Amino acid sequence: MNAIIPYIWPVVFALVIVAVLPLIAGYIVLVERKVMADMQVRLGPMRVGPHGLLQPIADAVKLLLKEDIIPESADRLVFWGAPLISVTAAMLALAALPIGPFFQIADLNIGLLYILGVSSLGIFGIVLGGWASNSHYSLLGALRSAAQLVSYETSAGMAIVGALLLAGTLSTRGIVQAQSDIGVWFIFAAPIGFFIYLVASIAETNRAPFDMPEAESELVAGYMTEYSGFRWALYFLAEYTNMVVVASIAATLFLGGWMRPFANTRLFNFLDYFPLLLMLWIAGYCFRRTPKQPVPVQKMFMAAVGLLCLVLAAVFTIPVIAPAGSLLAAAKPGIHGAFWFLFKVAAYIYVFMWLRFTFPRYRFDQLMRLGWQFLVPLSIVNVMSIGISLTLHRQLNWPNLVAFPVGIAITLAAGAYLLATGEKHEQTRVGEDENAEVDSREEETPVNAV
Amino acid sequence: MLFNEVMFYVFGVMAVVSAILVVTRRNAVQSAIFLVTALLATAGIFLNLNAEFLFIVQVILYAGGIMVLFVFVIMLVNLDVALHQVQFNRQWFVALIISAVLAAQVVAAIAVSRHTLYTLAPAAPETLEPNTERVAFYLFHTYMLPFELASILLLVAMVGAVVMAKKRV
Amino acid sequence: MADRNGGYNSGGVNVETTVLGADEIILNMGPQHPSTHGVLRVKLRLDGEKVVGSECVIGYLHRGVEKIAEHRSYQQFAPYVDRMDYVAAVSNGLGYCEAVEKLMNVEAPPRARVIRTILTELQRIASHLFWLGTHALDIGALTPLFYCLREREEILKIFEKYCGARLTTHAFRIGGLQYEAYDELEKDVERFCRDFDKRVDEYEALLTENRIWVGRTKGIGILKAEDAIAMGVTGPVLRASGVQWDIRKAMPYAAYDQYEFTIPTGKNGDTYDRYLVRLEEMRQSRKICLQAIENIPAGPILGKVGKVLKPPPGEVYHSIEAPKGELGYYIVSDGTTQPYRVRIRPPSLINLEALDQMIRGHLVADVVAVIGTLDIVLGEVDR
Repeated sequence: MNAIIPYIWPVVFALVIVAVLPLIAGYIVLVERKVMADMQVRLGPMRVGPHGLLQPIADAVKLLLKEDIIPESADRLVFWGAPLISVTAAMLALAALPIGPFFQIADLNIGLLYILGVSSLGIFGIVLGGWASNSHYSLLGALRSAAQLVSYETSAGMAIVGALLLAGTLSTRGIVQAQSDIGVWFIFAAPIGFFIYLVASIAETNRAPFDMPEAESELVAGYMTEYSGFRWALYFLAEYTNMVVVASIAATLFLGGWMRPFANTRLFNFLDYFPLLLMLWIAGYCFRRTPKQPVPVQKMFMAAVGLLCLVLAAVFTIPVIAPAGSLLAAAKPGIHGAFWFLFKVAAYIYVFMWLRFTFPRYRFDQLMRLGWQFLVPLSIVNVMSIGISLTLHRQLNWPNLVAFPVGIAITLAAGAYLLATGEKHEQTRVGEDENAEVDSREEETPVNAV
Repeated sequence: MLFNEVMFYVFGVMAVVSAILVVTRRNAVQSAIFLVTALLATAGIFLNLNAEFLFIVQVILYAGGIMVLFVFVIMLVNLDVALHQVQFNRQWFVALIISAVLAAQVVAAIAVSRHTLYTLAPAAPETLEPNTERVAFYLFHTYMLPFELASILLLVAMVGAVVMAKKRV
Repeated sequence: MADRNGGYNSGGVNVETTVLGADEIILNMGPQHPSTHGVLRVKLRLDGEKVVGSECVIGYLHRGVEKIAEHRSYQQFAPYVDRMDYVAAVSNGLGYCEAVEKLMNVEAPPRARVIRTILTELQRIASHLFWLGTHALDIGALTPLFYCLREREEILKIFEKYCGARLTTHAFRIGGLQYEAYDELEKDVERFCRDFDKRVDEYEALLTENRIWVGRTKGIGILKAEDAIAMGVTGPVLRASGVQWDIRKAMPYAAYDQYEFTIPTGKNGDTYDRYLVRLEEMRQSRKICLQAIENIPAGPILGKVGKVLKPPPGEVYHSIEAPKGELGYYIVSDGTTQPYRVRIRPPSLINLEALDQMIRGHLVADVVAVIGTLDIVLGEVDR
């Protein structure tokens, strides 16, 4: 019996996450559509439920009921299994994420490496799915996707190494602890590392402006072209889970994990009421919109959402105002930690969406050039300059405020140099291309004559 | 302990079965998939032995890195041709001899060490923890020179590959 | 060599009859491809992802407009031209009406000509807006499309108020206008123009300086001035190559000689220049509209044309500067109520011929950008 007890809580957490995640992914899609609509002067989904709140459920039902089509010349077994690989890999990665000091499936001593390793297995789902479909568009999309993932994993990994140098541990919990100990989030100690990770993580999740594999104006839907119904939904789930994973890594590594902003400063204790205000604001919006809903059921639904927000507001506030030492006050780090962690993850995902709706798409060669000729060298310089900063700080006892700017300045200089040479290189490349064009045209002429 | 043993047999059977499938499947992509599962099962055995770092390195490098490149290359070559070719299993005689020799070695090894096999005490948990730090300590401290030599060797190979692949340097 | 594709062969390389190299594959883009703007089909010969040759296959939207004209009276045919370039129906109608007027030797009264100018320039803005939105969408920017459609909607509302139709307007009549301008026309146009400059700045803020946009468009699909002239390319595509040719200035029609505006030109003739030229053209069109509503002359709106049109025997060629380029009508009359022959010079078709030259040596992703930058409408290409 004793052998089982340590497994109970992790299993419960795991079940909760696996059960809730599809719902969360569905609602991220809804939020994305709403954000997109907001940026594009539209309303977005408004029909299913008040303000489209039930849209994800309707979509899920539709996808589940759709006919499951497997192309005749596809490799059935692989076609069937590939989406499962993607989803499994993405979900496994969630195991090591610390959603607040109490909510974590497993605090591994190799936490971050585990997340990286497991999520890199997701490539198989993409590559095999594209191959098994037996279609040109799928295969091309899959190859592009895999090439992109592999290339950007390099710079993402190097950016993470930079932050790990600062933390001195691979354990996700230890990383947050380290940020608490030195008193600043690592985004301020290694801002360029964060920038590199941001770009690389967008590319890794195959999102615009790096959404090559599914550049619908070129490759239809990339590796997902032949998929439909539930299997397609699984790919989608994997994609959005991956977004949550990379956002969680960023939140843990650079944004202080579950810590409140200025967690160590008493002066900013009023920030403990931020969750309350946020919830009250949402509740107020819901109640204001309630009378405007067309159908009584929708009115009730809207009011219920408002009430739920009020309940959450109470949940967030009671631990703060409860007398110190009581059981309720002891729950505060867990509840508020979860709130801040999810808030940071949400903010990070919002940046993803914002970029997606603002930028045009890179061309594949441009994307590869950006990855290998700019981000990878920059991330290597970043690791070295963080090393320099740490040496200055720890061995020579320079103060933090001097040592880290030195490292940042070194990285910035390297970045500027890379940008300048990159542009020069690009210009010469264009020249080469023109020559090549002339060559090919000369080759064409005899064909015409025939 | 029971749990560990069960896991060992699960991973062991997985590794052996997938390894057999790797060589018997005709479809190269399917072979590659089973190679991945064999590698992952091996990784699971590492994990079972409390060698977390080794486990994750196995996953990242072999399964996540090398095998992806494998699959990549397999997809780019024309599979239909390979599928219809006769498999090169004509030298079964040679293969049989080699297998027999290998099997004999294994049996001999077990026979020689049969007295010590189960009497070896498992390492105390505290000597394994912290896993990653210990690996790092040995790599970057005790065996610094061989490690650096190996990395320079790899660097040379990499530069060589780039030089050979590039038309104009 | 026998050509199955109706004798149309862009750029001289017939993909089907060339011997392919070892690394070459043929990719069919279209006719159901999301970014070939309708039903254009492009056969691409690829070396890896690099385009080494291409051929456009057109005709999926052929409706025989020119043939229909021979069986309709002059007035009856007027609505058909709206369906050619359905993104710029007003311009099509203007060209046709003016061509028939020229054939009959009548002139539209000044009031009609000014109103025609206003509506046509609004149509130019609407067409360019639609182009900008879809072009940006092809290159992956999702949002400009909705901003552009928001402004286009204002223009369509003005059309709707004026003649009841939004897309295929049939706004003009041979000899002038059928409808008197509604009371608020000037106010509506002015309100639109007042905000519009800021809106164009908004699009520029999204795209012009954007590294990715510049990377995707600069140096892509270069068309040199002499090549453009040799192929008969017109409109913004020609002007972006550095040739200052605009029929509104060269051979003024409607009321263009009364207004001041400049012809923007580009230098390199690449996709980026074409983008800048079209943006500037929108600004200039706004300027023309503002000048025109200042002083709309009073008077009749329809010239002296009878109910039955019987132009004297003869032939006429008249062309206008449509949003996409030179839109020409060649009409032969045999003295009856129906034209003997109508031949239309559609700018989209002629501009499309430059496609092959522009995409050679570029990547597949650039083909999408170049098709977008040519601003073709398949209804006009196929007629």
